[in-house]
Amino acid sequence: MKVELRNLTKIFPSRNKKVGGEVIAVNDFTFTIPDGTLVGLLGPSGCGKSTTLYMISGLQKPSSGQIFFGEEDVTELSPENRGVGLVFQNYALYPHMTVKQNIMFPLQNLKGADKLTKDQMLERALEAAKLVQIDDLMDRKPSELSGGQQQRVAIARALVKMPRVLLLDEPLSNLDARLRLQTREEIRRIQKETGITTVFVTHDQEEAMSISDMIVVMKTGIVQQVGKPQDIYDDPTNLFVAKFLGTPPINVFKGNVAGGKLYIGGAAVLDVPGVSDRDVTVGIRPEGFNLDENGALVCELSNVEVMGRDISIVSKNEASLNPVIRSIINSDSKIDATAKTVKYSLKPHKVFIFDAKTEERIHF
Amino acid sequence: MVDSKQQWKAWIYLAPAIVLLLIFTVWPIINTLVMAFTEDYSSLSALGGKEFTYGIKNFQKVIEYKGFINCLKNTLLLCVLTVPISTILALVIAVCLNSIKFLQRFLQTIFFLPYVTNSIAIGMVFAAMFNIVGNTAADVQVVETVGIINNALGLFGIEPINWINAGSTYAANIAVMTVYIVWNALPFKILILLGGLQSVNKQYYDAAKIDSTPRIRVFTKITVPLLSPMLAYVVITGFIGGFKEYSSIVGIFGDKMGPAGDYGRLNTMVGYIYDSIKNHQGRASAAALILFGIIFIVTMINLSVSKKKTHY
Repeated sequence: MKVELRNLTKIFPSRNKKVGGEVIAVNDFTFTIPDGTLVGLLGPSGCGKSTTLYMISGLQKPSSGQIFFGEEDVTELSPENRGVGLVFQNYALYPHMTVKQNIMFPLQNLKGADKLTKDQMLERALEAAKLVQIDDLMDRKPSELSGGQQQRVAIARALVKMPRVLLLDEPLSNLDARLRLQTREEIRRIQKETGITTVFVTHDQEEAMSISDMIVVMKTGIVQQVGKPQDIYDDPTNLFVAKFLGTPPINVFKGNVAGGKLYIGGAAVLDVPGVSDRDVTVGIRPEGFNLDENGALVCELSNVEVMGRDISIVSKNEASLNPVIRSIINSDSKIDATAKTVKYSLKPHKVFIFDAKTEERIHF
Repeated sequence: MVDSKQQWKAWIYLAPAIVLLLIFTVWPIINTLVMAFTEDYSSLSALGGKEFTYGIKNFQKVIEYKGFINCLKNTLLLCVLTVPISTILALVIAVCLNSIKFLQRFLQTIFFLPYVTNSIAIGMVFAAMFNIVGNTAADVQVVETVGIINNALGLFGIEPINWINAGSTYAANIAVMTVYIVWNALPFKILILLGGLQSVNKQYYDAAKIDSTPRIRVFTKITVPLLSPMLAYVVITGFIGGFKEYSSIVGIFGDKMGPAGDYGRLNTMVGYIYDSIKNHQGRASAAALILFGIIFIVTMINLSVSKKKTHY
């Protein structure tokens, strides 16, 4: 099912009447989620990604704008009639019911032509449980399950009624690191197997990058960039997006462009033909550095971390806006860890320059 | 764990409470036990140094006395009637209160007022509401009503009913007592259940909404089970309170415990104990132990039922 958001806006009235001022949680969000894809809504806390999800679910009404499921306008439809599955951040499993009862609960609400017999319900519940691999836990209570198992039950409960759209609110935030890796693969697999259009919310860029077909990066209610994970990583539209994606994070420098050359701290590090002279902010991905005896970018070497496959070099430069510069170099390269300075040349496609004021990307 | 050297400090802090408990709870309980098994006990002859024999004569006397059976019947009847009615009503009111925003605080206060009002005073108001003209044993005919209840019933064309005056029926008396006790018991139960409702995670309701759950099913399958610890609590304390019913009857019928012409008709267990204290302290103690036994058994049954039905 294709999901289309048109000029979606959510404004929360101010809680404190004296101070006044309303909060625009989501501002003019327009986006079409193609049928059968897994889309990640990514952004820092308070960027409006959960509000967007809740508006798709119907639990929150948009202040303006429209939501379409396929060709059907569901904007005014209550959550009961939207046919969505929602997995809550803390799962919201009914604590007094067994896993089986939890999964069967949505089926027991079906009415009219959709009404199922008890055997059909059991069969569907078991099917959903098998999909998320918890069919051996059917008689346990949620309190007797681990976080990851509860998560699966919540997904099974959302899937069992065959929703038109599956929504996941921070699905991995309550899991430990190892389980998080495993569960995100699992979500990917389940989504591929069922082919249900899925939207999930996360503040973890790695999570979003690793499993999404498409990412929507949001900041203060405004969509910053939409695209495939790799495309956004390789081609960020502004400094915020560049900084938000990637681990280790992008290295940011103060710089300027003069005569078609990019200068960082007085050194001409790159040719940038066609860019007019101005102050810029320069972003360089950690993998965008080459060790080079003749490199123009000279940094003060502080630490070398060998990680087997790669070498991570921590260095300092006065023009850097981050406390340290972190570069990742193939371990084939040799570096003298006792040296005072390290010299880099740059890979042009890993260097992004942004207008110092607007922070918008300047292409070169 | 407290360091063993520091334990004396803990005991010092506990001492005031322990001393008070020993004097005002433990010692009276022991005395009650002793008196219940002491035959022909009286505090005057005890002071005179009389030697008593011990046995179960007090218990036999209590059980053989037909007034006691009447007290037991009244107490049980009132318990069985008022606890379920007040619990269900309180649940409905609490759910309604919880689902409104406008006037919620105001109505919460209104519903809580009976709790802070003296039950004798409430009883007198109820007595006035259910009253009719004429209050002597000879005046058995319902001539004209002045009570608001009969006036209200009159609007629907119902003949005035003699609720509590001389010549009233037992059923009418019990009906009045049930209304009064339920009304009196509501505030505490509403308070507890409302507190429980407000601590229920709202996401369960959001989840139910997403799954198109009908409202009645949300109530029976989500609200009630999640409230079950509070429900168990109000039922258990309701039964305990019900078995100790006394002041409510005094409030409406006076300390004669019944309508004029049939005094003692509505006497309860606690009423019997209170009446016996003057002349038969042994029997009063025995009756108190019997009451304790009944409350104990009923509470145990309540607990074992709620253990199966409650989800903590």
